Amino acid sequence: MEKPLTGRMRSDGEPVDLQEYERAGGYQAIQKALGRMTPKQVQEEVQRSNLRGRGGAGFGTGLKWSFVPIGPDAPRPKYVVCNADEMEPGTFKDRLLMERDPHQLIEGIILTSYAVEAEVAYLFLRGEYTLAEDTLARAISDAYRAGYWGRNIAGTGYNLDLYLHTSAGRYICGEETALLNALEGKRANPRAKPPFPPVVGLWGKPTVINNVETLCNVPHIIRNGADWFRALSRSPDGGTKLFGASGRVKRPGIWELPMGVTIREVIEEPAGGMQDGYALRGLQPGGASTDFLTTEHLDVALDFNSIAKVGSRLGTGTMIILDDRTCPVGMTLNLTHFFAQESCGWCTPCWAGLSWCEQILAAIEKGNGRSEDLGHLEFQTRFFGLGNTFCALAPGAAEPIQSALKYFRQDFQKHIDEKRCPWKG
Amino acid sequence: MLSAEEKAELDRELQQYPARQSACIDAMKIVQRHRRWLSDEALRDIGEYLGMSVADLDGVATFYNLLFRKPVGRHVVMICDSVTCWIMGYEKLRDTLMNRLGVSLGETTSDDRFTVLPIVCLGNCDKAPTLMVDRDTYGNVSPETVEEILARYK
Amino acid sequence: MATVYIDGNRHDADAKQNMLHVSLSLGYDLPFFCWHPAMGSIGACRQCAVKQFKDEKDTKGRLVMACLTPALEDTRISIADQEAQEFRAAIIEGLMLHHPHDCPVCDEGGECHLQDMTYLTGHAYRRYRFQKRTYRNQFLGPFVNHEMNRCIQCYRCVRFYRGYAGEHDLNSFSIHHTVYFGRHEDGILESEFSGNLAEVCPTGVFTDRTLGQHYTRKWDQTYAPSICHSCGVGCNISPGQRDGIVRRILNRYNHEVNGYFICDRGRFSYEYVNSPERIRAPLVRRGDEREVIEKDEAVKIFAEMLGSGEDVIGIGSPRASLEANFALRALVGADRFFSGFSTGEQRLIELMLSIMQTVHVPSLREVEACDAVLILGEDVTNVAARMALALRQSARREPQKKALAARVPLWDDLGVRQVTGDAIGPVFIAFPCATRLDDVAEATYRGRPDQIAQFGYAVAAAIHSGAPPANTDASAQALVKRIAEALRTAERPLVVSGATLRNEAIIGAAANIVYALEREGRSAGLAFTMPEANTCGLGLMRARALEEALESRVQYGTVVILENDLYRRATAAIVDEFLARAGNVVVLDQVNTRTAARANLVLPVASFAESAGTLVNFESRAQRFFPVLPPSDVQESWRWITDVATRRGEFGSWNSLDDVTAAVEQEMPIFRGITAAAPPSSYRIAGEKIPRQPHRYSGRTATLVNISIHEPPPPDDPDSPLAYSMEGYTYKAPASALPFLWAPGWNSARALLKFQEEINGPLRGGPVGIRLIRGDRRGAPEFFSGAPEPVNAPERRWLAVPIYHLFGSDELTHWAPAISSLAPQPYVAVNERAGFRDGAPVAFQSDGATQTAVIKIRSEIPDGVAAVPAGLRETETLRLPAWISIEAI
Ligand SMILES: Cc1cc2nc3c(=O)[nH]c(=O)nc-3n(C[C@H](O)[C@H](O)[C@H](O)COP(=O)(O)O)c2cc1C
Ligand code: SF4
Ligand code: FES
Repeated sequence: MEKPLTGRMRSDGEPVDLQEYERAGGYQAIQKALGRMTPKQVQEEVQRSNLRGRGGAGFGTGLKWSFVPIGPDAPRPKYVVCNADEMEPGTFKDRLLMERDPHQLIEGIILTSYAVEAEVAYLFLRGEYTLAEDTLARAISDAYRAGYWGRNIAGTGYNLDLYLHTSAGRYICGEETALLNALEGKRANPRAKPPFPPVVGLWGKPTVINNVETLCNVPHIIRNGADWFRALSRSPDGGTKLFGASGRVKRPGIWELPMGVTIREVIEEPAGGMQDGYALRGLQPGGASTDFLTTEHLDVALDFNSIAKVGSRLGTGTMIILDDRTCPVGMTLNLTHFFAQESCGWCTPCWAGLSWCEQILAAIEKGNGRSEDLGHLEFQTRFFGLGNTFCALAPGAAEPIQSALKYFRQDFQKHIDEKRCPWKG
Repeated sequence: MLSAEEKAELDRELQQYPARQSACIDAMKIVQRHRRWLSDEALRDIGEYLGMSVADLDGVATFYNLLFRKPVGRHVVMICDSVTCWIMGYEKLRDTLMNRLGVSLGETTSDDRFTVLPIVCLGNCDKAPTLMVDRDTYGNVSPETVEEILARYK
Repeated sequence: MATVYIDGNRHDADAKQNMLHVSLSLGYDLPFFCWHPAMGSIGACRQCAVKQFKDEKDTKGRLVMACLTPALEDTRISIADQEAQEFRAAIIEGLMLHHPHDCPVCDEGGECHLQDMTYLTGHAYRRYRFQKRTYRNQFLGPFVNHEMNRCIQCYRCVRFYRGYAGEHDLNSFSIHHTVYFGRHEDGILESEFSGNLAEVCPTGVFTDRTLGQHYTRKWDQTYAPSICHSCGVGCNISPGQRDGIVRRILNRYNHEVNGYFICDRGRFSYEYVNSPERIRAPLVRRGDEREVIEKDEAVKIFAEMLGSGEDVIGIGSPRASLEANFALRALVGADRFFSGFSTGEQRLIELMLSIMQTVHVPSLREVEACDAVLILGEDVTNVAARMALALRQSARREPQKKALAARVPLWDDLGVRQVTGDAIGPVFIAFPCATRLDDVAEATYRGRPDQIAQFGYAVAAAIHSGAPPANTDASAQALVKRIAEALRTAERPLVVSGATLRNEAIIGAAANIVYALEREGRSAGLAFTMPEANTCGLGLMRARALEEALESRVQYGTVVILENDLYRRATAAIVDEFLARAGNVVVLDQVNTRTAARANLVLPVASFAESAGTLVNFESRAQRFFPVLPPSDVQESWRWITDVATRRGEFGSWNSLDDVTAAVEQEMPIFRGITAAAPPSSYRIAGEKIPRQPHRYSGRTATLVNISIHEPPPPDDPDSPLAYSMEGYTYKAPASALPFLWAPGWNSARALLKFQEEINGPLRGGPVGIRLIRGDRRGAPEFFSGAPEPVNAPERRWLAVPIYHLFGSDELTHWAPAISSLAPQPYVAVNERAGFRDGAPVAFQSDGATQTAVIKIRSEIPDGVAAVPAGLRETETLRLPAWISIEAI
């Protein structure tokens, strides 16, 4: 099985350095694309590959790029931003890509910049990823010295500046328009959409924002072609995907697998099944903001459409496993606490609704729940559901609450009836 | 006044941005690296250099998590309290740590050595529970190994 | 235009607008918080949710925010939709989670937008059972109170304060449900427009601190339509009073002038009306003593002092109404009537007025629409603050064109700012020192007044080659070119100037720039600031200059001084000599000024809150103000004068203000039309006058039953169509006579939207003031000939120029405690090359008067210039500009 994203990674955990990367065919996509393909051709290749955004929303990457005005009349400068803010609880895939194979990401950023004729690229990295910061900083300067970015790249006349920005920490900075505000040194409230970033982005200029994993795929698509990429997948979405599992599985981790593997395959094979003495009760397929699924969904394929069909989202593809000895109410409370705390405070349903939900869940968990609380939680989650808020943070927060109420309702009820948490002695 | 070192570091960051004020988060991170936390005076110094009001800077500083507007100890311990770590024993780890240091979350030990803060998911979920001390991340931290980790920070 | 459907009703709508704007304009009750008619939409509160349907067949629809939904062709929304209603109720419930139940003790109670919206959505019961968040409040200075626990995080305050008024000491802090709006530490708010926070905030976080000191509910106050007397902009205001005490001032919307906002001087100046320094009874000097006398006796003495009238002169006042000035002029005769302008000012004012006949003078609404501005020799914020706020908006016009090009509608505030960033349009300022508008200036030019004049002439010459050339220093050449280019290529160029620097050539240069633009086929605006409420009106009367009287050496029998402290108009030596020379001095004034203290007879004059009259603002807009306080022992100057004239058998037919106004109009053609500035006192709606009292005032009519169960009749008001009662109708009142705003369900200031023809449009109910000068002598007027050659500064001498202070330079606000607490101490500002240390005590001399002050080092001030604050209470009046020497003491 091909593993374009992780295949080169060293077993000792050290990052792949420039020479190793080049030896393994790295930076050949730059040689291939720059000067030999027009930016439009690069875009088309990516569009044909069916690469969908790995940041969570699954938007077609090539399609997104095509919204950027291109040609001599386009506004300048244009920007590419790599979204490396990875802060969604349960998600730890981008970190691996950055710590272990930084040049792959850098090459992806350069190709993407070329595809939209950007002059400046920023790598927006969450502040806590210090190892990734050091690794990337070194790789960026190595790549500069090797002439992969800067003035007149590969003799083509194409110029690109590449900067590493480390964030000061907030989940909302991962939301792409809030990220732009953060990068501009402002409070990271999301922006109005429209206008969308490809048209009006950083400092008012066209900007493409892509996730780390999305960008890492680009060099491989350019080098091996869209058809090869689509063939990697078991589903209509192109490529492989980093899948992960954390919680009480035997071998928590991240693995590169074809798009469309089933949940069961991931949990049973690389993750090694549940730890002894623990049984699977449920899981969030793609990070904290995705709806719970349960044991009945184990044979669902992990691709954007299949997961959506059963009422959840592929999200970041990193599963959080709920075992039978963990309280689902406590887990929902933990998740909701996170979202309430990370609400940027802009729109009412989110800042008011989430903190209220957190307090209700805390009351239930402590044994102070009331019978009307469950109906109220349902009402609240509709209240900050999709379309009702200014950005997707609150709707994401609604998903685990709604699905927990659906699948673990008897646990909630038990807390209320018994006025205590049954998992606590 | 910003120190010469602070200025030099900030000047480097300023080259990244078309507008001076865009560097304000970097500026605060730099000054915090030198002074541990951001006092009013620190904000005034930065504001002077970047042409921003203290309120401008404070509005930004209080939005973000890693900018400290209150004094912290020599080392900052941040324990992940997000979902996987919670499942894998965050509460026990937190209690051990707090007992050991005699402080609650958000507090600084009396010898000014450690400040303990909660942090959201550190992206180390396969090695939960996790904590960070300064720039170092530790995975699979058990109540037993905490002691050994702390000992590395004087 | 677009056809839109709201709850199934078909409407024509402005396609450039959003559906909240459209719905409210059409009279629908749709709740909102974060949207503001002057600041646009940000989609934060989510209160204005409606159902939108794709087309006729769509029955499911989806929730959208009306404020973010463009009114495009065939837009279909439902406000009444069940789900939309439930959602809006849930929003209010969310906003109320932490909101205290302190309405009974909250200053906003009864005029609270949050209360209104809560009622409108039907939220009544609290389900939230947890602890509310609590905050520490801040001290924000003398104008504004802070109670953060009431905050609903709508972001209106910071959007106004930072985004609209451009000040940076108020901000949002923290995150999630604990966003804090305040300063980074306690301290006085720096914006000159901070008082607007009380009206912008939809709840009681920011409230009027001066109101709090003598608090009375909205419905317990009576109101009147009034005009601010604090400068020449002529903002429309609505003072509220109870028990004879003025409680506060509210903005009164006039879409051509102040729109939704007034400055802090205007809002808080009212305090002087309640001052113990007011003169409340006639005073006569007997020997060294002043005695209080009865009104009749005062009139008798006044009549006697006038004698045959031959050696009597009258001195008018730019802070008194047209009617008051005219009455005095009629009493003493036109050739014995002097204007009362400061030394040297009259020439400048007459020059500006004559130029205004030949150009287009924009209203503030038009100023806001200008896309290139040159401010020549004026510190607009400190002289005409509301105009400065308008200019701040002009600075955004040019960048906003980019937003329009990116198809972002202008109401989409976030979207527009995403496109424009912090970009500012071409605004240029030439002034000797830094001004508060410099932050929106693309470039500034610093120079002495004579250099600024040269600079202005050079700009004119660079626009049109026929304009007289000028001598600017080489270093300014590039800037001259840039300004000329910006003005010439703008769609709506504007030049702003004024008399602050007392320099005729600057005013000529400003005119030349506009003339040059017109010769180039561009249509340009020219706005002159006018320092006092009726500077323009008095100027149009073309009275003789005050200097003539002061310096004439004639022995006048009686000098009648109308609402004017001569010690602020000329040096003390001159005024002393003049007053000593006069046989009798009669002063009509509101407060005990230095001049009043020297009078033989003092007549207590009504303040703006007690009187009616007409003022003419900077654009020559005649506007009427009406009393809010019931009649008392003080009365209008024109009435005192009428009383004495009647006694003497002169112009006895003046019974009410209307008679005087009509006489002004008849006698002086320039004032034709002023009678139409507001309805006459005979105006009735369905047989009723317009009530000054809100209908809920009714509870207050019983407060005297312990004395008599008979309700006293409301006092008569012969001068206005307004009644001191709650009977009658406000919602149909003419715009110029609208005392307060209230509509069913809309108790807050937002009731305004029920009185506008459409949002941001004119008020229903006719004109708001009459423009006297219409620029009808336009069309290639002669250029002013060039400026005099700049003079070289003598060794160790500085040209002292007057610097105005919004808080400190205005006379009557000296008696308004909140404002006067912010007035500066006397200073002289020079640059560091002058060789003084900041804060050093010094003395300087001019006209033989010596003034002490402290040095302020301001490095932007050019060499050889000293900036001296004008009009401070503690300082002597100097004839400025003047060459002074400064000595350390
Ligand atoms: C609250 C919130 C947080 C997000 N955090 C991240 C993140 O940390 N990393 C990321 O790549 N995308 C994140 N996203 C998604 C981004 O907004 C955006 O869709 C993504 O970066 C686009 O890249 P892609 O098309 O390559 O997936 C977040 C979205 C929301 C609403
Ligand atoms: S949903 Fe609203 S408050 Fe929440 S993070 Fe997004 S914009 Fe901010
Ligand atoms: S008024 Fe529309 S979202 Fe606030």
